[in-house]
Parts: sequence; structure tokens; C-alpha cells
Amino acid sequence: MTNSELNRFKDKAFQWFGIFCTMIGLVVLAIFLINILIDGLGRIDWDFLNNLPSRRAHRAGIYTAWIGTIWILVLSSLIAFPLGIAAGIYLEEYGKRNRMASFLEVNISNLAGVPSIIYGLLGLEIFGRVFGLGGSLLTGALTLGLLILPIIIVTTREAIKAVPRSIRDASFALGASKWQTIWFQVLPASFGGILTGVILALSRAVGEAAPLIVIGALAYVPFAPKSPMDEFTVLPIQIFNWISRPQEAFATNVAAAIIILLLITFMLNGIAVYLRNKWQKKVKW
Amino acid sequence: MRVQEKIIEGVLWLSAVITILVTIGIIWVLLSESLTFFKEVSIVDFLTDTQWTPLFADKHFGILPLVAGTMLTTAIAIAVALPIGLTIAIYLNTYAPAGFRATIKPMLEILATIPTVVYGFFALTVVTPFLQSFIPNLAGFNSLSAGLVMGIMIIPMISSLSEDAISAVPKSLREGAYGMGATKFQTAFGVLVPAASSGILVSVILAISRAVGETMLVAIAAGQQPRLTANPLVPIETITTYIVQVSLGDVPHGSLEYRTIFAAGITLFVFTFVLNNISFWIRKKYQEKYD
Repeated sequence: MTNSELNRFKDKAFQWFGIFCTMIGLVVLAIFLINILIDGLGRIDWDFLNNLPSRRAHRAGIYTAWIGTIWILVLSSLIAFPLGIAAGIYLEEYGKRNRMASFLEVNISNLAGVPSIIYGLLGLEIFGRVFGLGGSLLTGALTLGLLILPIIIVTTREAIKAVPRSIRDASFALGASKWQTIWFQVLPASFGGILTGVILALSRAVGEAAPLIVIGALAYVPFAPKSPMDEFTVLPIQIFNWISRPQEAFATNVAAAIIILLLITFMLNGIAVYLRNKWQKKVKW
Repeated sequence: MRVQEKIIEGVLWLSAVITILVTIGIIWVLLSESLTFFKEVSIVDFLTDTQWTPLFADKHFGILPLVAGTMLTTAIAIAVALPIGLTIAIYLNTYAPAGFRATIKPMLEILATIPTVVYGFFALTVVTPFLQSFIPNLAGFNSLSAGLVMGIMIIPMISSLSEDAISAVPKSLREGAYGMGATKFQTAFGVLVPAASSGILVSVILAISRAVGETMLVAIAAGQQPRLTANPLVPIETITTYIVQVSLGDVPHGSLEYRTIFAAGITLFVFTFVLNNISFWIRKKYQEKYD
């Protein structure tokens, strides 16, 4: 084999290896999803969604878990969205070039890298003990709200950054104040991007179990929560609890609950991707 | 009008400043609880004792077994994710047709959106039994399958960020290499990867930081037995798993056992904080290299 043949061979070989590597993750994912669907699909029925937890696997349901998950999603959105979007606007439109702003930037990128379980320790001490909220929904929502805050800030900033200078200049030229420009021009124009980031942050929050376990969310809650001060559980914690039981029948429950959890996660991600594409097409500068 | 503008700016500023309060809160919580912990347990014992048994009668408070468990799962995960992720990045950037790249990138990112309890279940019930069929002495809980699955989970992190870094290499360098008659393979490894090395390094550091802080996957699949070992076939315990284990039990608030989770937490925080800052520093330093 001549040198150039050898080089061409290496090139082809690497191309095939590249295809192999690209596929391996997806194949593993597919195997797993098919496994889960086979095990769990038959278990999902009206009773499974509406039954309270039980020691007997075939009577146990995920009612308290998905109600808890929805509470947590709604409450942590109410906390994180206004804060995150406001902080994003401040960093991008107001405090751009001072030392404080660059410190804030480093700080936010650090917060984004803090492991979720550390947020759990923060919530346990500050919200649970100092504020006296215990292991309630509110503690959980505050904790997860802070956890997704950096994601929302970063995506808000990116969405705002994409709005061209000329839109702002035109608004200023018509005599609009800074806030009027932001409120009537910049925010509507970047709304799609912000919404996408917000939904992606929610899909992250749906799957979190570790920080909620640390703040004291329970694996066994006999009733669905009715107010933000109630005890709660969420789907990932329910799944974790069932995984740690030895009985075979609970494995079926786990598979069924995972299908529901993945359905929620994929749905949120799907909406985010759809919105991103729709907005990219609609808004052309 | 002017007053209103000022008030709005103040409210926005306050929202941004809350993020600083969060950081202060985290550091304060971790420090105050672990300082009380270190009044009872000497920091030398904490860093050098080779046993971690705070929940037993014979108490030892050596963090090393937990650190070793964390390192082991992380090392296995990176050993999987780095070669595969980097190959994917190069393949998608230089070999794959544009249409294929556009469909495959979001599909790979699905891997990163799946909740980690789901990965834990996968490692425990699919990967471990599969590996046991040819590694007979593999324990039911082990760092090998937890690490392998974690590797798959963080592939998109490395592949996406590395691909971004490779596409940021100026076109002229790439075409210079092609003009000299180099194959795509030679261009990728002789020109693109070295030129994008800082970006690739950042992706790997962020992946390590993610793997170190990963909780549910290892809590489910890697076991709850702190031991100082490099053997991937036996149950171990990571720092994060220990915090979960204590949180699930009824350790009374204010006890020494309760404070151990903050001592473990601050150890974890220091690791990820250092890693994140190194990556931030590299990014800042090499950002404008080609501009």
C-alpha cells in the first residue's frame, strides 16, 4: 500500500468509526426506550394515574407524585421566571460595561455549574430551617426556582442580544424612553427565545430528584398536596423509591412511571424546539 | 417618568443581585455547618482517614473513600464520553452532510434531557445484568455500569461544545490544509483539533464537573458502601450518594451525623467550583485567539 492509499484508508476508516460513535448513543437510547415501553406500557391505565401510593405494587399509583410535580413546576416557574427574566434584562440592557456586571456574569456561570444536590443543602438550611418552611412544596419550589434561575438568565440574555441595534435606535428616535423601548420593542421581539429557554428550564426541573430529597420531600405521601405548605413527593422521587424495593412487581411500576416522566420531559422539549423554529422563521431582521 | 424609569431599573438590578445572594447563601450554609463539624472532627482525620463510617458505632470520618468513589465513576464516564464525544464532534463537523448533522445534533441532545433517575434504572436493570453475563464477579451495584451509563449521558455535552469549538476554527486554516493535499482525517487531527484544543478542554472540564456532581444515577446503580478502591466491579459510594443516603434516613437535625452532609457538600462544592473556574478562565483567555 502506498502512502497516499494508506492515508485514504485511514480517512475512510475514521469516517465509519464516526458513524458508529454517532449511532452508539442513539442505539443505546432506543434499546432502553423499547425495554421500558415493553415493561411499562401495559401497566398504565386510569387507576395507575389516579391511585394513591400503596405497599402492594399492583394497587400503587402515581397520583400524589404527578400532582406534586405539577405543583412544583407551577410554583418554581412563578418564582424563577420574573426573577430570571428581570436579571437577564438588567445584565443585557443596563449594567453592561461596569465591574459589577462582569462580577455578576462570573457568578451566574458559577451558579450554573453548582451540582443540584448543593442547592438541596441550601434549601434545607435557608428555606427549611431559617424560614421555617420545613419539607413543604414551597421549600421545594424555592430550591428548584434558584436551581433553574441561571438557565433562564442566560437564555434571556441571548434572546435579547439577538434583537438588532436598529430596532432600539428607531424606538429611541421616536422619543421612547429606555424602559418603553425594552417593554414595547425588545421584549416582544425576543419573546420566542425567552420562552424557549424558560420551557427548557422547566424540563430540567421536572427530572430533578436529588435536591428535593435533601430538603426532605417524602417518598411516601398519603394524600395529594392541597396548599404550598403541604408535604409532597414528585415523580422522580416516586420512581427512585420504587427502584429501591426488592419486589419484581415494582419494576413494572417503575417502567410505567418512567414512561409518564419521559412523556412530560419530551413534551416540554418538543414545545421548546417548536417555538424556537417558529420564531426563527417569523422574525427576520 | 424619570422616577418610574429609575424604579424599574432598581427592581431589575435587585433581581440580578439576588444571584449573588444565592452564592453567598450556599457558601454560608456549607461553611457554617462544616465549621461546627470540624470543631468535633479534626480536619486532618477528615482528609487522611481511609474509612467513612459516620452512621456506625465505630465512627470514622475520612472523606477519601467517598472522594475515591466519585473519582472512579467520573473517570469511567469520561473514558467513555471523551473519545466518543470528540469523534462525533469531528465526524459531524468535517465528514457528515449538512442535513444529517442538522437532524442528528438535536437527537443526540435528547440524551442530555433524560432525567437521571431514568439512567440509574437503566444502569441497574439493563447494563449491570448484561455486563454480568461476561463478568461473573460483577456485583449488583458497581461503579462500572454507573460510569458507563453516565458516559453516555454526557456524550452530548462533549460533542456539542467540541463541535462548536471546531467550527470556530477559521476557514483559512482548514482550506490551507486541504490545499496542501491533506485528507479530512489529517486536517482534523493535524489542524482542527490542535486549533480548537482550548474549547475541547473546556468541554471536558465541564463534563467532569457535571459527572462529579451527578447524584441519582450513582445513588441507584453504584451502591452505598464507601470504600477506598479503584476496582470498578464492587459497590462504592460517591459524595453525592452519601448526602442522599443521610437525607433519606432520620438523622436528627443538629447532630454530628447531620453535619457530615455539609462537610461532604463543601468537599463537592470545592471540586466543582475549581473546575468551573478553570474552564471559565480558559474560555476568557483563549476566546479572541483568532479574531
